[in-house]
Amino acid sequence: MSSNTWIIIALILGFIITFQIAKASEYVAVLRGEERTRRENNRINAFLLLAFLVLGLFGVWYCNDILKGRILGEAASDHGERIDTMLYITLAITGIVFVITQALLFWFGYKYQEKENRKAFYFPHNNKLELIWTVIPAITLTILVGFGLYYWFQITGEAPKNAQIVEVTGKQFGWEFRYPGRDGKLGKKYYKNIDEANSNPLGQIWEDKDNHDDIYVSQEMHIVVGKPVKLIIGAKDVIHDVGLVHFRMKMDAVPGIPTTMWFTPKFTTKEMKEKYGPDFNYEISCDQMCGSGHWSMRGTVVVETQEEYDRWLAGKTPQYAAAKAAVAPAPPTGTMANATDTVNTSVSNGQPKEFAK
Amino acid sequence: MNQESNNTVRPEVHVTHDGHHVEHDHGHGHHKETFITKYIFSQDHKTIAKQFLISGMIWAVVGGLMSVLFRLQLGYPDQSFEILETFFGRWAEGGQIKPEFYYALITMHGTILVFFVLTGGLSGTFANLLIPLQVGARDMASPLMNMLSYWFFFIASVIMMSSLFVQTGPASGGWTSYPPLSALGQASEGSKVGMDLWLLSMAMFIVSSLLGGLNYIATILNMRTKGMSMTRMPLTMWALFFTAILGVLSFPVLLSGAILLLFDRNLGTSFYLSDIYVKGQIMPNEGGSAILYQHLFWFLGHPEVYIIILPAMGLVSEVMSVNARKPIFGYMAMVGSLFAIAILAFLVWAHHMFVSGMSPFLGSFFVLLTLLIAIPSAIKVFNWITTIWRGNLRLNPQMLFAIGFVSMFISGGLTGIFLGNSTIDIHIHDTYFVIAHFHIVMGVAAFFGMFCGVYHWFPKMYGRYMNSTLGYIHFWGTLIGAYLIFWPMHYMGLAGVPRRYMDFRGWTSFNQFGELNKFISIVTIVVFAVQLLFIFNFFYSIWKGRKVRSMNPYGANTLEWTTPIRPGHGNWVGEIPEVHRWAYDYSKDGREFIPQTEPVSPNETKH
Repeated sequence: MSSNTWIIIALILGFIITFQIAKASEYVAVLRGEERTRRENNRINAFLLLAFLVLGLFGVWYCNDILKGRILGEAASDHGERIDTMLYITLAITGIVFVITQALLFWFGYKYQEKENRKAFYFPHNNKLELIWTVIPAITLTILVGFGLYYWFQITGEAPKNAQIVEVTGKQFGWEFRYPGRDGKLGKKYYKNIDEANSNPLGQIWEDKDNHDDIYVSQEMHIVVGKPVKLIIGAKDVIHDVGLVHFRMKMDAVPGIPTTMWFTPKFTTKEMKEKYGPDFNYEISCDQMCGSGHWSMRGTVVVETQEEYDRWLAGKTPQYAAAKAAVAPAPPTGTMANATDTVNTSVSNGQPKEFAK
Repeated sequence: MNQESNNTVRPEVHVTHDGHHVEHDHGHGHHKETFITKYIFSQDHKTIAKQFLISGMIWAVVGGLMSVLFRLQLGYPDQSFEILETFFGRWAEGGQIKPEFYYALITMHGTILVFFVLTGGLSGTFANLLIPLQVGARDMASPLMNMLSYWFFFIASVIMMSSLFVQTGPASGGWTSYPPLSALGQASEGSKVGMDLWLLSMAMFIVSSLLGGLNYIATILNMRTKGMSMTRMPLTMWALFFTAILGVLSFPVLLSGAILLLFDRNLGTSFYLSDIYVKGQIMPNEGGSAILYQHLFWFLGHPEVYIIILPAMGLVSEVMSVNARKPIFGYMAMVGSLFAIAILAFLVWAHHMFVSGMSPFLGSFFVLLTLLIAIPSAIKVFNWITTIWRGNLRLNPQMLFAIGFVSMFISGGLTGIFLGNSTIDIHIHDTYFVIAHFHIVMGVAAFFGMFCGVYHWFPKMYGRYMNSTLGYIHFWGTLIGAYLIFWPMHYMGLAGVPRRYMDFRGWTSFNQFGELNKFISIVTIVVFAVQLLFIFNFFYSIWKGRKVRSMNPYGANTLEWTTPIRPGHGNWVGEIPEVHRWAYDYSKDGREFIPQTEPVSPNETKH
């Protein structure tokens, strides 16, 4: 309470003082002659424009100096490298334009401040100048568009044939993953088959044999270093976005409309931990506003070697088995009866637990 | 044909534009001014402008205060502030904002600032104030529609404000309100009745905007005084003209999008909904497309940012020329680039959707068209800089804000080149980089344009000056503060820090900016206080400001300075002046300024 009150009192006081000074300055202006005061204000503000330019450019450098170490390190995927290259090309070009235009703007503001003996130069237009500064930006932007689209089509093009496939599903507020199992194919699913109570969180259609070896995990995705991975992305409830900040990748997860993205991870989680400390984790952030838990919708990616990955996958049991176990003892409840028609054997398996955040 | 009649009308008759609009003369020729007709249900464009301005300022304080309060959460996520509970009650029990309400706050902050302040408050104020005054008309084409435009805005305001007080809270799906989040009450508290109120309010707002926009277009096209050809109009007129066209063509699309969303919410349709399982419930909707809404929304949403920035460009061009005592450089190029921006505004909407799953091939066209906008923008910046080159600059508050506008427009425009390039956008989409970009280029820059206009035309509105010392403090505080707030956010964006997160402590990738967030929050509070200084200055000066003693205090060329110091309804006593030249003959042939009303003498130099 007290601190709030003090802040408010300080604000009000500051307010009153500023106002009194401002009012007094107006009276002084009237006493000393408004014209003279106006000139003086003009000089002061012209100087401040110059000071702002110098301090501002210093500030830009200083800000860069203290923050450059905190933006992400090396891109952890091949696409990420291209994106970083594009970023630095654009940064170089815009950086030059920024410094030149800001410097001219504030320098002119200072240099051409009102002087009694100065006459403004009547200069309504000049076709040559205008042509120059239409053509130069046009050429520059052509270069940027060229580079940009060249990388864009590489990044968004077809995934390589040997790419590993992982299905990612966003929901309020977590991530679910499905691996195609030994057949390399993801089985069909239908959202009306979703039945969390009976171990069918994704709505897999059990009649489809391709589903029988599909592996389900939640919150933690495993992928193989150096091997392209293609994500097939969807959402259950609202729009989410698979944000993979270290790989510089991002793609919306839209209910009803599957999307895809692919990339090749370059470093294992272990390598990254060695580089950036033991706390390092590849994180999946939701980058599309999805409701009250949006800010905490965190998943992780584990990048590992092929052997480690194979070992991890071998330890998983297909969801089909869990579903059969869940359904057989008790008759299906509620709306989901049709989804479970063909499930008639019982195999015991624990349903995957949600990983705590 | 409008022109000859303007000249032959007696001064007592207020609305006097066109021979075949006789009924208007009947309606306005002899109305008695009561308090209500003069200040509340006024049809005088100048009063309506003030109504828009003051409503906009109230909204700006509300929306700005929201940002200060959620900055407390962002800067100090581990602390509790009693002031939050004072303001928000059960939404911030124990002094910490609840997540649902955090999202309601950012949603309302965006909606209020984008629509109610920078569209209603900015266009509404200056289109109303300046169009009749600068084209030489006694009022708008339809003063009644103009009045209705304000009152629809007012109704929209009341509905939006009331949504803050409903049990389940106001809309909280972001100012873009993407479905399915905004369509399903189960998905979010804010998507319950708050969202219906949001949509209803937006519908009213769109009606207001259309009534106003049609009026602005009609007035500029039909009611220019004799001699005021389109190419003699000040750039403010061109800017407001293109703004109105953008609004008239794009707002109806948002309305259609909003109506379909209302249907999905309340009538069981499936325009945007398909394959949804939410809170344990399987929704029956199939076959809709959530992306359809994004197309409809951004078809307005992108022109909307130009609806915000074009008037500011116009105001800045005019003020800069007057105070540099120099013609605006490249008038035709300025008009041409406004036109190019207005056209391109309709062809770039999907650059907001590069990562929505849209076809990358389609996306490539939007990259090209988006980056094309940089060309007219660059022309404008170079022309502004050339305008002050070898000028004789009066650095009064409005001129400083004009220079500040150009600075902000450069900074924010250049970062647009990053975001418009789909390759880079993959990484920085929906991060703090976006926040920094659009706050600088259409938030702060548009506000600078607005301040520039308020300081410059305050004497025309109230017959008094604003206090310039407070104006200087306001300018420097805002310029420095805005850069301190938004410049470092680019770095957070490059680090990939997502926007619309209320707490980063649970993340290892994003928690390195704790100190920076504190710093930004503190600066935000200071900058907000500086804005209150402006508001105080504004209201104090209405009654106590230094009086204007000459009709043309700035030595400006445009027509509004040929009206009496405090013009009545009808603007000019006697005939509307005739125009003989463009608005920018400053420092020509050794004369500091030559008003538009002065005939061209035979030995004048040509430009």
